[in-house]
Amino acid sequence: MSKHIPTPGQTVGPFFGYALPFGKDNELLAPGSAGSIRLHGTVTDGAGEPVPDAVLEIWQPAADGSIVAETGSLVRDGYTFTGWGRTSTGNTGKYTFTTVNPGATTPGSAPFIAVVVFARGLMNRLFTRVYLPEDAEALTNDPLLSSLPANRRATLLAERDLDGGLRWDVRMQGEDETVFLEFDGGATVSPDAR
Amino acid sequence: MGETEDFSNSHVLEKPDARQNTQREMSAEIQAISAGYGKSVNAGGAVLTQPRLDYPPYRSSILRHPTKSLHHADPETIELFSPAFGHQDVNPLESDLTIVHAGEPQGERIVVAGKVLDGDGRPVAGQLVEIWQANAAGRYIHKRDQHPAPIDPNFTGVGRCITGADGSYSFTTIKPGAYPWKNHLNAWRPAHIHFSLFGSEFTQRIVTQMYFPGDQLFPLDPIYQSIVDQHARDRLVATYNHELTSPEWALGYNWDIVLTGSKRTWTENEALGVEGDDHE
Repeated sequence: MSKHIPTPGQTVGPFFGYALPFGKDNELLAPGSAGSIRLHGTVTDGAGEPVPDAVLEIWQPAADGSIVAETGSLVRDGYTFTGWGRTSTGNTGKYTFTTVNPGATTPGSAPFIAVVVFARGLMNRLFTRVYLPEDAEALTNDPLLSSLPANRRATLLAERDLDGGLRWDVRMQGEDETVFLEFDGGATVSPDAR
Repeated sequence: MGETEDFSNSHVLEKPDARQNTQREMSAEIQAISAGYGKSVNAGGAVLTQPRLDYPPYRSSILRHPTKSLHHADPETIELFSPAFGHQDVNPLESDLTIVHAGEPQGERIVVAGKVLDGDGRPVAGQLVEIWQANAAGRYIHKRDQHPAPIDPNFTGVGRCITGADGSYSFTTIKPGAYPWKNHLNAWRPAHIHFSLFGSEFTQRIVTQMYFPGDQLFPLDPIYQSIVDQHARDRLVATYNHELTSPEWALGYNWDIVLTGSKRTWTENEALGVEGDDHE
């Protein structure tokens, strides 16, 4: 149990567009460089409409599964892989990152990219994951995926494009809603803790 | 960057929408939810520390909140670490929002300072803090903001800094104004500064808003009130601090931020706090 109660989150609001984006924010690698792939998709709301004012951030291991601790994401030198990127959706709700396929961080584990979603109208950030679709055995054994029913599990699996890219959509609400994660045991404390 | 700013329509306001609720109706909705929460807590129910994702008074949230429960997950590997930021990323001058242009911005100059801590009270050292805000008149430098309040050519309203070894941050800026929005008729946001924070683990990532003490708009604002617990709401309100105030220069506000608890087993060096890539 934490000794201090966390500060509440609030919506990112509509006017982050001049503050959060920065040059090459979505290019963890230069597009077209060796080993680079496109991670892309659409963010939609409960009516299936595109969400044009969402921010996505990704944080992932390198292709060899190592977790890097390199600074320089905000002022990219074009060569250093920092593992982190940010992008905003456009008018059609689409987003794109240029990155690498994440490696398995431990032998046999299912590689995934950690994702956090912000949007106008979304009260607090949402965490989720996007898994590479290939390693069926690792996916079957994954602690998170194996705890989900099949239809929900599918929302965390990317589809592989013909060009090697990854397609992954975020559905904020609805029957096929993306699985969003809670790491902290819920945003509650016992009444005597406050 | 990318967006071309165009303020040519700044005086075009949409006419009030007859279907919109009045503030009185909105306040009744807010109060009903608040009363329901109070009853639940009195009956021994859980105390909420975060905003409700499902909070209909904030109309834009209706189609944008998950309807299924968040799925409990144990953070794994990459999630137990955080992206690293340092002085390659942020120039120290970026913490002063009043020196970005040739002239002094309009409004009340303030210093907002505090510490970023994790849930165990450990300082979050060497991490990125980003802020953005409206100007003193309540206008954002954003092409979709059509509030006919003046743009300040000497104020953009964006700042960044890297926390010190003790988790400290400090920004010099201008006190933002309240601004109108279209959630309901006569809807006004209390003055606030948006804060974006990273912890030492990805699971601690948070974006929030800091408010100013004594704002009369608090009870009327569905975004602030989406945090249904008064004690939790209070955690977003800065404290006026005369010790932080500089004579004949700027008023000082203090605001500490607590991230969620750490899930990783810390090594001794990490627990001591290392300041990013730069040990000045």
